[in-house]
Amino acid sequence: MTQAQREDTGTSVEQTGRAAGGSRTGSGGMGPLGWLRWGWRQLTSMRTALILLFLVALGSVPGSILPQRGQAPEKVAEYLAEHRTLGPWLDRLSLFDVFAAPWFAAVYILLFVSLAGCVIPRARQHWRAMRSAPPPAPRRLSRLPQSASFRTDRDAEQVLAQARELLRRRRFRVAEGADSVAAEKGYLGEIGNLTFHLALLMLLLAVAAGAMLGYRGNIVLTEGGAFANSLAYYDQFTPGRRFDPDRLAPFSIRLEDFRASFVTDPGPQQGQALDFTAEIFYRERPDGPEKPYDLKVNHPLGVGGAKVYVLGHGYAPRFTVRDGKGDVAFRGAVPFLPLEQRTFTSEGVVKVPDARPEQLAFQMVFWPTAVADTRNRQIVSRFPAPLNPTVSLMTFKGDLGLDSGVPQSVYRIEGIGKTLQPVRDGSAVLKQGETFQIPGGAGSITFDGVQEYVSLAINHDPGRGPALAAAVLAVAGVIVSFTVRRRRVWVRAVPGEDGRTVVEIGGLTLGNPTAEFDDLVAALRRDDPPADEAAERSGAGSADETEE
Amino acid sequence: MADSDLANLSDQLALGAVLLYVVAMVGYALDLGFGRRRARAEAERAEPVEALVGAGGGGVAEAPPAEASAASAEEEGAERVERDWGRFAILINLLGWGAHLGMLVTRGLAAERWPWGNMYEFLSAIAFAAVTAYLVVLARYKARFLGAFVMVAAVLALGVATIWLYTPVGPLVPALKSYWIAIHVTAAIVATGAFTVGGAATILYLVQSRREERGASGGALDMLPGAQTLDRLAYKVTVFSFPIWTFAIIAGAIWADEAWGRYWGWDPKEVWSFVTWVVYAGYLHARATAGWKGRRAAVISLVAFAALLFNFFGVNYLFSGLHSYAG
Ligand code: HEM
Repeated sequence: MTQAQREDTGTSVEQTGRAAGGSRTGSGGMGPLGWLRWGWRQLTSMRTALILLFLVALGSVPGSILPQRGQAPEKVAEYLAEHRTLGPWLDRLSLFDVFAAPWFAAVYILLFVSLAGCVIPRARQHWRAMRSAPPPAPRRLSRLPQSASFRTDRDAEQVLAQARELLRRRRFRVAEGADSVAAEKGYLGEIGNLTFHLALLMLLLAVAAGAMLGYRGNIVLTEGGAFANSLAYYDQFTPGRRFDPDRLAPFSIRLEDFRASFVTDPGPQQGQALDFTAEIFYRERPDGPEKPYDLKVNHPLGVGGAKVYVLGHGYAPRFTVRDGKGDVAFRGAVPFLPLEQRTFTSEGVVKVPDARPEQLAFQMVFWPTAVADTRNRQIVSRFPAPLNPTVSLMTFKGDLGLDSGVPQSVYRIEGIGKTLQPVRDGSAVLKQGETFQIPGGAGSITFDGVQEYVSLAINHDPGRGPALAAAVLAVAGVIVSFTVRRRRVWVRAVPGEDGRTVVEIGGLTLGNPTAEFDDLVAALRRDDPPADEAAERSGAGSADETEE
Repeated sequence: MADSDLANLSDQLALGAVLLYVVAMVGYALDLGFGRRRARAEAERAEPVEALVGAGGGGVAEAPPAEASAASAEEEGAERVERDWGRFAILINLLGWGAHLGMLVTRGLAAERWPWGNMYEFLSAIAFAAVTAYLVVLARYKARFLGAFVMVAAVLALGVATIWLYTPVGPLVPALKSYWIAIHVTAAIVATGAFTVGGAATILYLVQSRREERGASGGALDMLPGAQTLDRLAYKVTVFSFPIWTFAIIAGAIWADEAWGRYWGWDPKEVWSFVTWVVYAGYLHARATAGWKGRRAAVISLVAFAALLFNFFGVNYLFSGLHSYAG
């Protein structure tokens, strides 16, 4: 406690936090060093931290309004195509990657520095305050926001002894003066505050560490298919900056069966999904035992420090393609992309690079429960389960362009109209088991049946545990700091002119005055005769509204 | 009872709750509009203040100001009428609350799950939480003056739910099949309901403090307690809701880790619940430590409430996110 504060009792409780840096500076003119110090003090003040927190919130808002590359890159492309003038400007401001933007990082790094710079000196200061004695009573207790006085026949020593006893019982820290008692409590409020700030720091660190050391990736697994956790198997893989691919846990997963159930009752909810279950078997290590697991939404598998989630599912129709020479050029299941969840109408392509003399490709639509929509003379799907699986196809032949080395999407055919030409009369609708003879002797395609696939997300985030701990700590801290106030009480007892003892009580609370003060006064007076004519109450009692 | 009967009963109870709330709203309005003179209101004003402070550790009871006991016989007659309107409103309000509770329970029984799986159910439950929060405040702090305003909010919410968001009883989509719905969504509902009551008190505080500053008097607003009391009530309710809201967000993050493979991904719902959290934290901070007080702090709390509402209506209907049960 500095001397300056001791004199200025009116605000000393509030100032304890800021005093650490404040007492050292302020002498002489502002050289460059002075400015630096000034800037540092501004940055590390509680108010700046609060403003920065507001700015993080404000900065995240455009991220919720505009499409984001990290979540929906196709929507960003769409937006850019629609807004030719505005789009590029927004892009220049990183508004499509808000949460990875330099300005967003700047704000939270500043917040980070501000928190660290604020909390460390404050913690030191509080540690000292907790161990030093409560400040002695100011001269005029009646000037304090809460005060009371009365006269009593007991002598001063008795009253002070009672006050000490009373305050100790109420878990105040008590110090004695010549004719007075000083007491303080509510240190927990500041501890809560410090905990909150430290926990926020911990949270930011945990999030950053998790993102740097972890990884996330997606795979597609068809019934009967298997996956081993190595880079080659991933369709998409995003490592953290410090991730070491040699540390991928060597687990493997096999999809045995996928089951989905849907609402069958006619009505508005018909076709709504009820449950999906991917029945898998997995091994922690290549030589480990195989264990079964029911993978579902909300029921991920934890294995080797990673977690495996079901992201989605779809149909993978099976085909056999024979080429013009009569050889089997392709046989297998091909994952299709669902266009719609309620009916699972899906689309996909089959590419047959091994077909001779020319390569073949098929563009297809798949309906799990095909029915004819007579009005529009179309085929539609009535239900998401495969009750009447049907595909329509369009045939192309020529060069698939797979040798060019440019990677291709497995869901799209490239080069239509250039290297690949549509086959005349090459369209057909096939039910399960049916075969289509491609005109011109180019071969045939048979729709053998349907399998299902699941798309899985696999990730490893070592920061999730610490982040949760930090979040819980932050909340506990913030609640304590909002509810516990630091408060001081002084009691002075001196002999009056009439020989009776004059007792003065003063209270100082940061924030609202508490009822506790009135309880203390009532308790101190309890031993006196009730009709004490000199009893007077001044200043703020509990019913008073002043909040200083 | 068959599920469809239960579902029908639930719909009828919803209707009953709305009607009862409308009647209660009128009763509360009459209670505010008739009777008490300024002096009476003044006398009653001391009461909630005591109750508010008393919650912190047994306040000292004060005798009512002298002028209160000087009411004439004529005034007493007027007061009896007015008091009866208040009692009537509370009674009807309680009946409406019972119907509302019945609506949620029968809905849950009919669907065989927690009755907050779609927007209709969710909004109905928020309205229920708001009315419950008001009844608690009524019992603890004698805050009857809030009744009319909370009834308006409850009627609006239930009305919007039944007219525009109605969804027949049905099963949950797989994404919501988790015990976390009981934890995360319940917390979000309770917090939102309580924030609504805090918001009503804050608006009244702003109106009243402006009036007090201008020294205006007369009209129904005389029946409201003083600005300071309203401010404290708003603060207390918000201090109560804030940790619950925080808990809802953390539970949401744990659930998101379980369901989507990441605990925080800046999904629009996540962004807006974070914004709401920060702004409420700013309000509480301004109130708890020195600095921003009174009307400026109250405005922050209304901004937070607006963010909360936007999170519900705006985010669910304008943006597509993973929280896409709104459609
Ligand atoms: C970090 C993660 C999450 C956050 C911050 C979050 C936030 C919220 C918030 C603020 C609400 C309140 C409602 C509103 O104002 O609109 C809410 C409601 C809800 N949340 Fe979350 N949430 C998270 C994760 C989840 C997850 C993983 C699920 C389920 C898959 C989920 C399901 C729900 C549901 C069902 C509601 C109620 C709406 C309704 O009943 O239709 N939330 N969430």
